[in-house]
Amino acid sequence: MASQIIFILVTLAGIGLFSFNARKVIRNIKIGRPANRNDQPAKRFMTMLKVAFGQTKMAVRPIPFLLHLVVYLGFVIINLEVLEIMIDGIFGTHRVFAGLGGFYDFLIGSFEFLALGVWLACVIFLIRRNVLKLKRFSGVEMKAWPKSDANYILITEILLMSAFLLMNAADSKLQALNEGHYISAGAFPVSAYLQGLLPSSAASLVMIERACWWFHIIGIFAFLNYLPYSKHFHILFAFPNTYFSNLEPKGEFTNMASVTNEVKAMLDPSFVPAETAPGKFGAKDVNDLSWINLMNAYTCTECGRCTSVCPANLTGKLLSPRKIMMDTRDRLEEVGKNIDKHGADHQDGKALLDDYITREEIWACTSCNACTEACPINIDPLAIIVDLRRYAVMEESVAPGSINAMLGNVENNGAPWKYSPADRLNWAEQS
Amino acid sequence: MEFKVPTMAQLMAMGEEPEILFWVGCAGSYDERAQKITRDICKILHHVGIKYAVLGTEESCTGDPAKRAGNEFLFQMQAMTNIEVLNGYNIKKIVTGCPHCFNTIKNEYPGLGGSYEVIHHTQLIQDLINEGKLKAEGGESFKGKKITFHDPCYLGRGNGVYEAPRKALEVLDAQLVEMKRCKSNGLCCGAGGAQMFKEPEKGTKDINIERIEEALATEPQVIAAGCPFCMTMLSDGVKLKDKDQEVKVLDIAEITARANGL
Repeated sequence: MASQIIFILVTLAGIGLFSFNARKVIRNIKIGRPANRNDQPAKRFMTMLKVAFGQTKMAVRPIPFLLHLVVYLGFVIINLEVLEIMIDGIFGTHRVFAGLGGFYDFLIGSFEFLALGVWLACVIFLIRRNVLKLKRFSGVEMKAWPKSDANYILITEILLMSAFLLMNAADSKLQALNEGHYISAGAFPVSAYLQGLLPSSAASLVMIERACWWFHIIGIFAFLNYLPYSKHFHILFAFPNTYFSNLEPKGEFTNMASVTNEVKAMLDPSFVPAETAPGKFGAKDVNDLSWINLMNAYTCTECGRCTSVCPANLTGKLLSPRKIMMDTRDRLEEVGKNIDKHGADHQDGKALLDDYITREEIWACTSCNACTEACPINIDPLAIIVDLRRYAVMEESVAPGSINAMLGNVENNGAPWKYSPADRLNWAEQS
Repeated sequence: MEFKVPTMAQLMAMGEEPEILFWVGCAGSYDERAQKITRDICKILHHVGIKYAVLGTEESCTGDPAKRAGNEFLFQMQAMTNIEVLNGYNIKKIVTGCPHCFNTIKNEYPGLGGSYEVIHHTQLIQDLINEGKLKAEGGESFKGKKITFHDPCYLGRGNGVYEAPRKALEVLDAQLVEMKRCKSNGLCCGAGGAQMFKEPEKGTKDINIERIEEALATEPQVIAAGCPFCMTMLSDGVKLKDKDQEVKVLDIAEITARANGL
């Protein structure tokens, strides 16, 4: 009875704390400007199904695709087991679904194979990061916390899977001993090989079985609550992020409605704008970005596929699309903490531009869309870069000198170079 | 040129309308190398007998470099002025000589009141080949030559056009070789996003050198391009690698014109 109460309390605390932190994350995302991405719901749903659920964009790199697929399937399917754990925990039962008979054996057997697969995949992932030191996982933005974050996640998953398999090994050994409530149920094709590692006394086996059971379920709740602090948030955010992703051609940049109003008024003095324009053009800080950009930041898994294909990064420039996303999230977290501590209107004198992302980074972008193409869950670093440029150019009139010269030429000559508009057809005179 | 390039103003004066407007673009109008491509596009249009016209001095920058550089004001001013001209001439269909103009007019003008059917010149060439109006005969033979195509970002990834330029090369009976990074994985030439008009930021290498090394690794006789800015970057790269004697950088329109003896 005591263990049931403890279980219920742990569950409530785990879910309660997560909802508390998740609400904060959602509040932070809502700091962003509005953006309408509610059109074409059927196409959006299909995109989510294909890209997030079906992981089609992962397939470009076959090795991580397969390893990730094992972990993904393992995560989703083994979590069916969590349902049984919840029921057992609350009602004090043991393997409540055992009545399913042969099907239960099939399920438990499959879970064991998947658990072994996840275990192996995570070990390989750790080797790729820490022994092979793949270039994609390094970079200026991948020091300290982001580096540890990935390792913590992988080690936790390995421990969770180990606990799951050990639990089954102890359980099946107890089943063979006809011990107490350990009824004969389940098939244990993988954990059977672990039995030799375990003691033979029933009391020790019960202790191991219970310890692993508790470790497994508490581990899952701990993991859930780790998500808001981690790059691993993608396991939840990948779905809304792909649903609300950009469906237009990648080459298309949004037309700013606020500018349209001003330009129309300039060209036609009788024009009356339908709505009042916002105070600022472009983005200096996270609250100037759209909520899509901010959700993108929470979704980013820091895999570095974007940076690994970025022409600027590949040729040694400071720009890294992954850093753009990570900086946006870090700054948003900071703004969120300011709101918690000092209220909504607090100004800390810092901003995303300059304090996190430098001018050198945003001007190095060729807007080639290699980053958005490479992202397995449709994150758009380019949209943020462009909004930062818009602020620099339209609000501050600060841009590299040659960019200002080009803009002047477009304005005065209708071409980015200093040629006379009258000479525009001269090419037709030559052969 | 052997024929006169008609302008919209001239056609209008005669009470005529063209089938298609050829949007030349700034590079195609002023850049000496790109002017050759412009003339070849006209030669192709003339050769197949499509009724076309250019805007001539009434054309102005689409606003693309201003928009990518963050100056939305200037972009929209340019866009609205151009849309006024285009709508004034009742333009329905446009072919552009540049993927940047193509992307801007096709995707960003409709929201500002300018909706047209817009195609890139490689798509026009593809259509003409499909319709049997254009072949590869009567001119320079590219048979068996090794050609590699560099995907312009705003044509490929930006708008999903990968097949049209390759179709134009297939009819040459040439040996089409792909670079390691091609189509949706294509590497930028380094000119996009207004980079064309500024010095690159500090780094270890220029982007066009990274790209040209990859192109040269396919040991091509011709590097094919579809964008005047890529043309500049790739030509510079080939020169810097001292390969401009052996390897030619040619636009799809130039290759088509040469193959047809235009």
